[in-house]
Amino acid sequence: MAKVLALVDRDARDGSVRRSACALLTLARRLGEPVAVVGGDRPDDDAIKTLARFGATEIWCLADSPAAPAKPATPVTPVTPAVPATPTTPTAPARASDADLLHHLADRLDPAAILIPATYHGQETAARLAVRLDAGIITNAIDVLPGTDGEPVAIQRCLADSYLVESSVVRGVPVITVRPEAAVPEPHQAEPVVHTAAVEPSPIPAPRITATPEPPRDRPPLDRADIVVAGGRGIGSRAAFAVLAEVADELGAAVAGSHTAADLGWVPREACVGLTGKTVHPRLYLACGLSGSVRHRAGMQGAKTVVVIGDDPAAPIFKLADLGVVGDAQTILPALLAEIRARKANDVP
Amino acid sequence: MKIVVLTKHVPQAIGEVSYAEDLTVNRSAVRCRLADSDEYAVEQAVRIAARRLDVQVTALTMGPAGAVAALRSALALGADEGVHVLDDALHGCDAPATSLVLAAACRRLGFDLVLCGTASADGAMSVVPAMLAERLAVPALCYCDRLHTDEDEVFARRHDGTVVEDLVASMPAVLSVTDRSGEPRYPRFEAVAEARHKLVRTWTLTDLGVDPARVGLAAAATAVHRATRPGPRPATVPGTDPTAAATRIADFLSERQFL
Repeated sequence: MAKVLALVDRDARDGSVRRSACALLTLARRLGEPVAVVGGDRPDDDAIKTLARFGATEIWCLADSPAAPAKPATPVTPVTPAVPATPTTPTAPARASDADLLHHLADRLDPAAILIPATYHGQETAARLAVRLDAGIITNAIDVLPGTDGEPVAIQRCLADSYLVESSVVRGVPVITVRPEAAVPEPHQAEPVVHTAAVEPSPIPAPRITATPEPPRDRPPLDRADIVVAGGRGIGSRAAFAVLAEVADELGAAVAGSHTAADLGWVPREACVGLTGKTVHPRLYLACGLSGSVRHRAGMQGAKTVVVIGDDPAAPIFKLADLGVVGDAQTILPALLAEIRARKANDVP
Repeated sequence: MKIVVLTKHVPQAIGEVSYAEDLTVNRSAVRCRLADSDEYAVEQAVRIAARRLDVQVTALTMGPAGAVAALRSALALGADEGVHVLDDALHGCDAPATSLVLAAACRRLGFDLVLCGTASADGAMSVVPAMLAERLAVPALCYCDRLHTDEDEVFARRHDGTVVEDLVASMPAVLSVTDRSGEPRYPRFEAVAEARHKLVRTWTLTDLGVDPARVGLAAAATAVHRATRPGPRPATVPGTDPTAAATRIADFLSERQFL
């Protein structure tokens, strides 16, 4: 069975495997033998265990990568050659990027497909890889299935999600980026073999990362927030609005209000989203107890994902909703707060 | 310093667009305009130009004859000149072919910085900037929320949902900006009128030395089998039981990795 490479997305801070990697391995299993490709530092034992649990039959990482900050545990699977860790100083030579590693492996393993998470970094890796391999690329797939001849067929949402498009690659190794949230990881225990590959870094200069500032802990400014939690008249009272603010804090979100909420003094005037207020472009907009008047929608149409809690299913805001819950925001918000806190307390990958 | 801004003429109301018989986006049936995301790129170029004396901003587009309207909008927003790559062979280009043509045009123009938006509204591949950088052998800084330049380096900040990164690269470089980089200006009437008199050059594939066999629908490395309209979104769920509703929302949030 042909191999299918899946690029593993890891947390930049602690090196733990992200959910998207498990989802990609699940998709890769449909197409062939899933092979996990780990760029950067060598994966630690926890990472290898997680990849094994989701069916990786092989794990490839860079030969010259230093081991991740040591954890006093014996490895489950012996790492092939012991390579002394090289200190990474600012003057150290450039390390091979994910695209370099995947390019090397595409030549070496002749895979049936290469799956990459559709994150910012993943999109760039996929783009560079497709040019180097002169291969076809499909981005932001929401599903990948084997076609009639076993070739991977990717499904994308196109034209503002109004079409589902099925396409496949006709030249070269298919390079497919998959939306990280699209697939559900299904465990499938495997015994992976860890390999290393010595890869020459590409001569093309890469930007240097000068700093990775800690994202501010307190509420982000509204106009640049990633997540916005907004409330309107349906929240009911200033006290109930405090619950909404707590939900926002749990999500690391900014708090916003409709014009009515601002008029009633539940949110400051600066936090009013709409035609005459702030315009926001968050990744998630959680709208609670507001109807979505034209002037409010004018300020939040740029939101990628919209979740609505409201009691009137005919309200215009529900037309924008990716998920709408018809119910009383005053009772659902405290339940949601409790649920998020409970999930954070026992976080499972 | 030469800045090339990539612009695209995209359908105005994206929800009304359909696919043509050859499964390419049917552009002739709808009104088009300069892509919103490209306005942010033009705006950043103009802001750099305001701080330096030696900046020449060139708006570059490829597409059918109507695409020159996108160039005019970019010129009204402050670009100095326009280049339109116009060739019948270009119809149905995929992202690698698009980047091939744009790279040839950028090489011919010469550049210190190539600025683009993150993703076009109609294709939304968002890979052309990185492909272009790969073909031009320069660093790519994609999805930047903030940027500034000094003598020969460009500084940017990006936020990919979990990590904030400050990046620096020496020019020449390719950089794409998000819609969080700064609101584009609304052009004055004088600027719109003046834009009609700015220079727009039209280049063909022969001018760029690109082999027509490597671009267009026939050379596409991907094939679209089917485009279907899905039913209405399975959006609303009843929320009479607050706990069940909260679980449903939390499931949705963790599915989309917001938790």
